[in-house]
Amino acid sequence: MKPPFIPAMALVLACGTALATPVPEAVAHFGAAEPARRLLIRSTTDIAAFAPVLELFARTEPGLGIDYEQWASNDLYERAAQACAERKDAADLLISSSVDQLVKLVNDGCAQVHRSEATAALPAGLNWRDEIFGITREPAVIVYNRTFVPPAEAPQTRFDLIDLLRPAESRYVGRVATYDIEASGLGYLFAFVDSQQATTFGSLLEAFGRSGAIATCCSAEIIDGVADGSFVMAYNVLGSYALSRAAQNPDLAVVAPQDYTLVLSRAAMIPKDAANPQDGTALVDFLLSAPGRVALQDSNLIIETLADEDDLVVRQIPLSPVLLLGLDREKRARFLDRWHATFPPG
Amino acid sequence: MPDPTRRPSIARRLALVLVLLFAGGGIAVAVAALAYGRAAADRSYDQLLIGAANQIAAATTLRDGRVGVDIPLSAFELLALAPDDRVTYAVLGPEGELLTGYDNVLPPATEQTFFRGTIDGEPARFAVAKRRFAERAFSGTVRAIVGQTTQARTALTREITQNALILVGAVALLMAALAILAVRAGLKPLRRIEEGLMSRTPRDLTPIDLAVPREVGGLVDAINRFMGRLDRQIDTMKVLIADASHQLRTPVAAIRAQAELAAEETDPRRRAQIVERIHRRSINLSRLTDQLLSHAMIIHRAEATAPEKLDLRRVAMRAVDEMDQDPALQGSSILLELPEEPVPATGDALSLSEACKNLIGNALRHGLPPVSVRVGPTPGGAEIAVRDEGPGPPEGEWADAGRRFASRSGVSAGSAGLGLAIVHSVAQAHGGALSFRRPPEGGFEAAISIRTPEEGAP
Repeated sequence: MKPPFIPAMALVLACGTALATPVPEAVAHFGAAEPARRLLIRSTTDIAAFAPVLELFARTEPGLGIDYEQWASNDLYERAAQACAERKDAADLLISSSVDQLVKLVNDGCAQVHRSEATAALPAGLNWRDEIFGITREPAVIVYNRTFVPPAEAPQTRFDLIDLLRPAESRYVGRVATYDIEASGLGYLFAFVDSQQATTFGSLLEAFGRSGAIATCCSAEIIDGVADGSFVMAYNVLGSYALSRAAQNPDLAVVAPQDYTLVLSRAAMIPKDAANPQDGTALVDFLLSAPGRVALQDSNLIIETLADEDDLVVRQIPLSPVLLLGLDREKRARFLDRWHATFPPG
Repeated sequence: MPDPTRRPSIARRLALVLVLLFAGGGIAVAVAALAYGRAAADRSYDQLLIGAANQIAAATTLRDGRVGVDIPLSAFELLALAPDDRVTYAVLGPEGELLTGYDNVLPPATEQTFFRGTIDGEPARFAVAKRRFAERAFSGTVRAIVGQTTQARTALTREITQNALILVGAVALLMAALAILAVRAGLKPLRRIEEGLMSRTPRDLTPIDLAVPREVGGLVDAINRFMGRLDRQIDTMKVLIADASHQLRTPVAAIRAQAELAAEETDPRRRAQIVERIHRRSINLSRLTDQLLSHAMIIHRAEATAPEKLDLRRVAMRAVDEMDQDPALQGSSILLELPEEPVPATGDALSLSEACKNLIGNALRHGLPPVSVRVGPTPGGAEIAVRDEGPGPPEGEWADAGRRFASRSGVSAGSAGLGLAIVHSVAQAHGGALSFRRPPEGGFEAAISIRTPEEGAP
């Protein structure tokens, strides 16, 4: 037993250091191979989803090399907060779907101001203090696998979902997934905003608890699970990933809940200690420009029209200090307590 | 005459005063508006702050002997009403321990509800709300402190101040416009007077007859008085010129005729007689010229010289002195009868003494010695009187005596006939008169009376 234990130890040690200084999940490079300028982006967006946009941008900026680091949202926040506190090793641009965490960074004075025509044109909820900008438009959706869910049972609202899960003999026991809100910053944000939006959230949690729903990480894994039949349905999945996968897999169906649909604008901010803020701001302006928005649309990061949008109640998550509430220590502890009553930790 | 373009302008002076007034007033209003704007902005945003703090304090609960806080969303929504401001908050237990929130929020040193501080160096405003627990398990005060940067306040302050200043500026412009209109309207009568004067013929010296406001009335009166004086002087001058031409033409013609005679005369004796006549006439002509000039001067002085206080005794003494020095009158004796006390009067000493000399000259030439000069007060003023022992002119001529050249036309041997006219003019200029009488003790007396102006009158 002893020899195999040594690499195991090494792995634990590696994990130990990883906990102290978080590391990216993946890195990629775009643009010039031997660049005159470098742009360091730390983002929660999957490289695959963002690559076409970055390649397009790199073509407009010859001599620019883009180092793209893909992070888990909580790690990204920790890394950025650390860079802000120590005033070193800051990225040139931060992009995160956990917009509450970016709002907190802005509130704590970690961002720098960027004003341009493009930022000035943003509506109030997508620009806070000219320091954080909403660049995408992604609904939180329900994804199900058509092979396991008959069309008659396909939920159109949260009430449908609750009704589906409530019966003790429901076919969906143990087969519905949602984000593990402790592991995923975005999951926490969606769940927290849900809890503020409607009283339905209590019933939903109760239904999840009764039906043995599963909380797991992260978008890609959850959708994989629905695709391969490990789960038949997933709640509060980011629409961008879901639509991308549904385009390739006809079994996957995407539903924007009709009682209300949360819409997230992934946020970008430029850290105050960015080494190359010029290219950071240039990328922000590009993302807000017409070509940038087309590229984001092509990557399903901007979903302009949801099915039957007229019937939808769209709840945009605004970039505002109100989002700080979910990050309050006590509030978070209480919310997690409530969550754990349904999804026991571990 | 000063260059008209460099004359001080009332409009410009008014503009300067207005500019100074508005600048001073504007600064005062700006300061006041800024203070007011700041107070108003502070008051409104302080309400939000304390509202949020109160909601957080109200959300503190006791659970298992421990204080917990379940901050309501509305507290943060209140804060978000200042859309671009950073927020910070902390809930502190009885010992100042952090229950939740930011660890860099410091409670105030004193028991204030509101205080100023900073968030990462940015100026900020803080509010404190308290909640006192007095239960078996827990006793003490929990404080909720909420802070927010001051961007929204500054913006509101600026907006309020700006609006106030715009209003003040508009009022100032309006007032300036009204002031300009008022000045124009105020100066209109002056322009009317100017137009009235400009459109007159050069000879027209009649009084201005325009309806003018009281403020300009004094000016119009002064102009009218001035024009009246000018008119009288021009009249005097016209008369003088007429007199002079009339008076001088005859003797000059006579002298010329005599001179022509002399040129043709061959008999030396008769020629000497003609020359003698030319000489005599020349002397008379020169006296006449003197008198004409003196008359002109005296009338001019009477019009133009400011009257002064004088002692009539001195006037009489001076006249007698000067007569004594006249070589033509050598040997005649003039008596002076002067009172002990000064005889005060108001007038022009020079013209009075000339008038007196004329009377003495008349008395010496036409009357009988001794000639005496008397000075004394009268009920309304004072007088100088010259008396001789002769019978004087017949009473029928007295009334006309003062008129110019009334006594005799042409030139007499001794007098140019202007003497009494001068005296008459002088007496009139002094508000008095030339009068004649035959005193009970005999002889003939001519007197110049002078009216003393009432006390206080100009």
